[in-house]
Amino acid sequence: MKLRLAHLYPKLMNIYGDRGNIMCFRRRTEGRGIDLEVDELTLGDRFDPAAYDLVFIGGAQDVEQRRVADDLLDVKAEALREYAENDGVMLAVCGGYQLMGAYYKGADGGELAGAHVLDIWTEHPGEGAQRCIGNIAIEREDDTIVGFENHGGRTYLGQKARPLGRVVSGYGNNGIDGTEGAVYGNVFGTYMHGSLLPKNPRFADRLISLALAKREGDVQLSPLDDMVETQAHAQALRHATRRKRVRLGG
Amino acid sequence: MITVMRLTAAIVSARAAAALSRGLRRGGGTALPGLVAERIDPDIIRTLASKLGHGSVLVTGTNGKTTTARLVRNVCEEAGLRVVANSEGSNMMRGVAAALAGAADWDGRMRGRKRRIGVFEVDEATMPIVARAVNPRAVLFSNLFRDQLDRYGEVETVAALWRKAVRDFPADLTLAINADDPAVASLSDAAVGTVILYGVEDTSQAGDALEHAADARWCYACGAELAYTTVFYGHLGHWRCPGCGRARPEPDVTVSSVTSQDGGMLVKLTIPDGEINVRIPLAGLYNAYNVAAAAALAVALGLERDVIERGLARFTAGFGRQERLAIDGREVQVILAKNPAGVNQVIRIITADPGSKHLAIFLNDGLADGRDISWIWDVDFEKLGEVSTLVVGGERSWDMALRLKYAGLGDHPHVEDDTVAALRESISATPEGGTLYVIPTYTAMLQVRNILGRWARRGAFWEGDRS
Repeated sequence: MKLRLAHLYPKLMNIYGDRGNIMCFRRRTEGRGIDLEVDELTLGDRFDPAAYDLVFIGGAQDVEQRRVADDLLDVKAEALREYAENDGVMLAVCGGYQLMGAYYKGADGGELAGAHVLDIWTEHPGEGAQRCIGNIAIEREDDTIVGFENHGGRTYLGQKARPLGRVVSGYGNNGIDGTEGAVYGNVFGTYMHGSLLPKNPRFADRLISLALAKREGDVQLSPLDDMVETQAHAQALRHATRRKRVRLGG
Repeated sequence: MITVMRLTAAIVSARAAAALSRGLRRGGGTALPGLVAERIDPDIIRTLASKLGHGSVLVTGTNGKTTTARLVRNVCEEAGLRVVANSEGSNMMRGVAAALAGAADWDGRMRGRKRRIGVFEVDEATMPIVARAVNPRAVLFSNLFRDQLDRYGEVETVAALWRKAVRDFPADLTLAINADDPAVASLSDAAVGTVILYGVEDTSQAGDALEHAADARWCYACGAELAYTTVFYGHLGHWRCPGCGRARPEPDVTVSSVTSQDGGMLVKLTIPDGEINVRIPLAGLYNAYNVAAAAALAVALGLERDVIERGLARFTAGFGRQERLAIDGREVQVILAKNPAGVNQVIRIITADPGSKHLAIFLNDGLADGRDISWIWDVDFEKLGEVSTLVVGGERSWDMALRLKYAGLGDHPHVEDDTVAALRESISATPEGGTLYVIPTYTAMLQVRNILGRWARRGAFWEGDRS
């Protein structure tokens, strides 16, 4: 068995330990005898929707995010939308999550057009507004996901996006409606880094299963030794839930 | 101007708070008193700093502030100056205020003011505010790495803040700048006054390639990806921009060679009026950068070659910075680790040690450590290779254990959440005559150093201790 992963803008969008997510995909596929081929796509590279089973995009500094936004629009957005419509599996974190939406309105009021893969939009309330920073835990279906968030922008969900989960502690999308992240088809967007996947192995396996299902039909993933993963998840959850959900005025 | 009475009130309360906080064992009594002094009189820094006969210098940058400031302090003392310095961990306004209050008499007179100089290490984001208050003669900018993104924001945010501050500096302020860090070197474009540049020429010290965590890999002016003929570590090296032609400026102070020697190193520097040879009891290229930075700042102060050389040679390792403690026949080395660039350098030091490797790693997520621990995924722990014994501790021990599992250091790294027990186990596991490397984040370092210090004084570690 084999999966092909496109890592979008790895040198530009890599600020919060995002490579841990790629390492996790590799470990959890190869541990089950699945080959994982990773292509790094950067500025100017075309994205072929038929060539990939998984897509990952991480977060970046503001300057770099602007360059990526331009390239997404010019080169990749249409192909990414096609990929999403065909149930392609994608994980977009933080800045990458924002860029998959309709637009990102910055602190200075300037707007960056997004890739329109997810029905979401993001607005920064302006210089001096509180950033959403801290450990975060969310509940989703039968799973709990833990991580760290650090974002100035507030993200809102449109009709075609479901939240990834409900905030148990932390801010989430906007600090108001109690949602975190967004899902459309098999596209998952989230503010959670930390890295997200290594200590949320069930969520990582969910993404791998979805990717495999498209190519191979239903595949049962064999269990892995997740002792350390489980402990890290539990410890992070204890840290995150020392505080409750944070509600911002608004 | 402020009255003597108000100044006295500020000094009295700063000193009283210092005594109180030492009594309470809160951070060695440095951060709290300054806060009190500042609350009473915001002008205290400006007033007291203006009484320093030789003015002040500031040291800022992500990594190496404490070591560099200590080196500069030694050089100043060698020059016969009396140094007023803030202690590490108190590198904001309040730490500077506490240091100044401690050097003044009750009526605000600076004792021995003619020979006084201020040497202050300053937090990157606080630097512009401190500079406005103390009106320094020279400011050193050493490096800029991703560090505590939850607290400082992004690297480019700090770089932009610095560029703006540098444009506003008076023309008689001298800058000492690291030419090898493109984000820092960009400050020379904004500088009004004299600039002393420093950098490393010894290309035998080059690393493999840009590390994963390399930050300033894009030209700040035109956005093109920078090209390197040599990368030393992080994004420090001999760089140039293929887009707009900007390039590493020619340094005035250079490290011409670095040679390892008995756990320390021999650093050869070239400065405008000659060569300097100095043996430093620290390993790691990042410390050669700290030596060059201190020399550049000394040159900026107009100090002579002989004084600089003798001053640098007076250096001894500081608290938790490759400090070596002898405990029950083992050498225990504590090396502070707080961000990817720093830890990657620590890994280079450990892998250069030919002995078997014994490690204890402590990850905390306190405010002073950075609440966000995602940075551990940007460290190249994979380069550690084979490790004989490993104990993981700290408040986020399992996140670190997971990172190390991914780095191939075993499917079940040994985790011990009790710090005393973790240290005891690590020392027991290290054979007599061997070296244990203890790698803590900042708040863990304070804790670890406390325990190890007790054991080192006693010469043993097994007697009943509770954390």
